[in-house]
Amino acid sequence: MKKLFALFLSLIMVLSLAACGSTPTQSAAPSTAPSAAPSAAQKLIKVGVAQVGHESDWRTASTKSIQTNLSKENGFDLQFVDCDNKPDKQLEAVRNFIQQQVDYIVIDPIVSTGWDTVLTEAQNAKIPVIVLDRTIDDSNKYVTWIGSEFTNEGLAAGAWLKDYAKAKNIDKLNILVIKGTTGSSAEIGRTKGFEKIAKENGWTILDQQDGQFTQEGGAKVMESYCKSYAGKFNVVVCQNDNEAFGAQDAMKAAGVTYGVNGKVILISFDACKAALKQVLEGKINADFQCNPLQGKVLADTIKKLKAGEKVPEKTYMPEPWYVSENILKSITYTNNAGKTVTEDLIQVTQAIADASY
Amino acid sequence: MKFIKKVTKLTLFLPLVCLVLVLLLNLIKDPGFFKIAVNNGVLYGRLIDILNRGSEIAILAIGQTLVVAASAGTDISVGSVMSISACFCCMLLAGFGVSSTETLRMPMIVGIIAGILLGGICGVFNGTLVAKLKIQPMIATLILFTAARAIGLLFCNNQITYIRYNPYKYLGNFIPGCPIPTSIFVTVFVIAVVAVLLKKTALGLYIQSVGINNRAARLLGINSDRICFLCYVICGLCAGIAGIVSSSRIYSADSNNIGLYYELDAILAVALGGNSLGGGKFNLYGSIVGAYTIQAINTTLLAMGVSTDQAPVVKAIIVVAIVTVQSPVFRSWISRPNRQKPVEKEAVRV
Repeated sequence: MKKLFALFLSLIMVLSLAACGSTPTQSAAPSTAPSAAPSAAQKLIKVGVAQVGHESDWRTASTKSIQTNLSKENGFDLQFVDCDNKPDKQLEAVRNFIQQQVDYIVIDPIVSTGWDTVLTEAQNAKIPVIVLDRTIDDSNKYVTWIGSEFTNEGLAAGAWLKDYAKAKNIDKLNILVIKGTTGSSAEIGRTKGFEKIAKENGWTILDQQDGQFTQEGGAKVMESYCKSYAGKFNVVVCQNDNEAFGAQDAMKAAGVTYGVNGKVILISFDACKAALKQVLEGKINADFQCNPLQGKVLADTIKKLKAGEKVPEKTYMPEPWYVSENILKSITYTNNAGKTVTEDLIQVTQAIADASY
Repeated sequence: MKFIKKVTKLTLFLPLVCLVLVLLLNLIKDPGFFKIAVNNGVLYGRLIDILNRGSEIAILAIGQTLVVAASAGTDISVGSVMSISACFCCMLLAGFGVSSTETLRMPMIVGIIAGILLGGICGVFNGTLVAKLKIQPMIATLILFTAARAIGLLFCNNQITYIRYNPYKYLGNFIPGCPIPTSIFVTVFVIAVVAVLLKKTALGLYIQSVGINNRAARLLGINSDRICFLCYVICGLCAGIAGIVSSSRIYSADSNNIGLYYELDAILAVALGGNSLGGGKFNLYGSIVGAYTIQAINTTLLAMGVSTDQAPVVKAIIVVAIVTVQSPVFRSWISRPNRQKPVEKEAVRV
């Protein structure tokens, strides 16, 4: 009886392993099926993508964009690994890609350091690595980087606020910032860009606290702000939309009005669909998008690399700035690369909000 | 004098003193910390925030205390179980794969109860591993610590599921017309139920006996395994309730963030409450005071505007101070000079 039970347990283990292992066999099956038409099978470019996780709507949109653009119809054989925000899992995923000898490896690095060893392994295996979205700081053994310039987003937000305050005749700006997770590149860039403009114009930044990029974090921080700085602030900057939703709840509870018809100007970043709807309703004044639809650019870059063309070291995603009111048409500012640029502001309509991620 | 001695001897004395000290820290920066006003028909103030935001940790601490007492180990899965309960509840209410809904697919109460029950089932799983299979508690609960959040993601189809249905917000916010945050009622309710269970039945005594000496308790005719198992189930149910409250606050199931690191706060609350993590004797109210102490620290740090990169360090210093004050060695060191003084006086007299 005992032996039978032990046998049963070991069977469960073997079966569950087999079940977990079934994904590669499945993906192997279609690749053997088109072998009847060998040309089609050979053309598929094998790409391994190690995504951060699925912590926000933004990430989900990014994942969806990658999956639709790197589809079989477009000539890609995509191996997608969701790393659940665990750096060790991501390293393992990349090592797996190297073992499987994929053609290209795409990494959205969870942490910016500790990459040199594994990237050297990839280089030795002659697999080009493309870095997406976040950055790698301690290694240059990758071909190119595609992503957003977070500092520009911060600068653009500052530039908009400057012009908007002028247009609305607000001469004194007292700003509260709800930051993202401390140390993330989005937090660093957005803080840096916005602080630069704030310093140039002599604005008062009353406080900057970590809202962890979550709705509850935003609500907690705003709840505290509403008490510490009651009646003393007129601008709230949230470093992502989830935080902005939380901040709205907290301000509502404290009886502080915000948005176009309110006393507090609310600025947010990311511009997901739910947030753009709020911009449309005037509950968020401006939202600066960090474009998650990297799939198209990524597919183009890989095709260029495949064709032997040169790709730039850094590719910045085109990023739209959304506003609620039709007061300003465009903003002009000096971007992080030192260039003075003029960029259009998009007034949100229902169609634009629906089309967002 | 006798009264003071009596009071200082109480097990709750030190935890309460620590809580009050943390609160008093705020007097330095802003006496307005203690102001409670009525704003928009609801109570408004930092103290209310502490009671409100501390609810989840307090509810978790209740379950954790029992687990620690009975099994001399900690349940590290509670944070993940919060997440899975919230996700399951939101999935039932919104339907699988729906990312935002305004109408519910089933009565709200069914989803909420199902979510809490799933927490209980997680407790059953942990309890079976610990009590029946005698796996070490940390290892046994490590399984759900890792897996539960991932299963929660599956329930929610890898996205944040929003329930934009007003009554769903009541549990974590306010019921219209009631000035007190609902989560405080939930906490009081859970405390009351567990307290009655411990006082009116022999369960409290049994848990202590099992925790102090498992075998001796068995010889006395207590079914040790069943008591231990029961503690894990209660802990799971508490985690389920905390998860639903947490989800109701943000009217969504954010499986990656609900209850993140809460297991650590729950364990810390038990320790700050003056309970030994070695099991045995326990004080439920101490843990609850511990839970609110943690929240008081968090709120204080925010109120003082301690910058985010330094906040964890400041929090650690406060925690170290509290734990040191409560340690047996420190206590005896403090009381030693008092004992020596009378001896000296007598010596002089002779």
